[in-house]
Amino acid sequence: MFQYRSYILAVTILIASTSFAQADERYRPIKDETVKKECGACHLAFQPQMLPKRSWEKIMAGMSDHFGEDASLDETTTQHIKTYLMDNAADGGWWNGKFLRGVKDDMTPLRITEMPYWVREHNEEVPNKAWNDPKVKSKANCMACHARAERGNYDDD
Amino acid sequence: MKSFLMLGIVAISISLSLPVSASPLLDGYAQAAKAELSSFDGFSAERGRVLFNSTHTTGKVATPSCTSCHTADPKKVGHTRAGKEIAPMAFSISASRYNDLKKAEKWFGRNCGSVLGRKCTAIEKGDFITFMKTQ
Repeated sequence: MFQYRSYILAVTILIASTSFAQADERYRPIKDETVKKECGACHLAFQPQMLPKRSWEKIMAGMSDHFGEDASLDETTTQHIKTYLMDNAADGGWWNGKFLRGVKDDMTPLRITEMPYWVREHNEEVPNKAWNDPKVKSKANCMACHARAERGNYDDD
Repeated sequence: MKSFLMLGIVAISISLSLPVSASPLLDGYAQAAKAELSSFDGFSAERGRVLFNSTHTTGKVATPSCTSCHTADPKKVGHTRAGKEIAPMAFSISASRYNDLKKAEKWFGRNCGSVLGRKCTAIEKGDFITFMKTQ
């Protein structure tokens, strides 16, 4: 009887811990309307917690050649967006976000998809054929698999 | 005589562009077009159609045509290279696209650079909008 109970307990803990592990891919949704509108015109407006401040600063300094696209904005809008992104960056709070795991201080990654945390999370779970699906198009297309990504919810994997 | 001729051209261009519909955006581009080309006699939906559908070689390799992202049917939803949906360009569906000069200039600025490798002329911008108004 005792053995049976502890078995149930063990299974319950196991289920609970797995579901916690899957339910922690949450990021604060973007609140700024300009950031939502301008970044979100071409791609999902990525939550700023996914890159460090120095990365956002560099990205916003090069909008006329943004990964091969001319995404230039007027100076006022550029500054506004840059400030929001840096304030909410992975290192914008008093603790470092998990996206900084494995990122050295002298590295300034420009693509979220090159962040060690992103790479590890996707290498473990996403088969190559999923990336080649025509509906995916690009690794920047989070919404192809994470339907609630705009709300900062990346649990669905 | 010369000013009479100019007046005539202006009158013709106004009469040509008015029936399509008067829009603050087009009026502005028409003024700029006259400054670009003194013989400018109104925007052409046909020239706009050709501009929209042509494959160009002077821009970026990934985007040789407007249709690369917008699809060949202006009434259809397009997709950016990053997979985001682009609302249709056709006036019959997305009329609100053509109210805001700043917005229009932002996108012409970016996309003429990507597709043509240069800025668009006011005539091209007006032709493009005039074509979309027929859609």
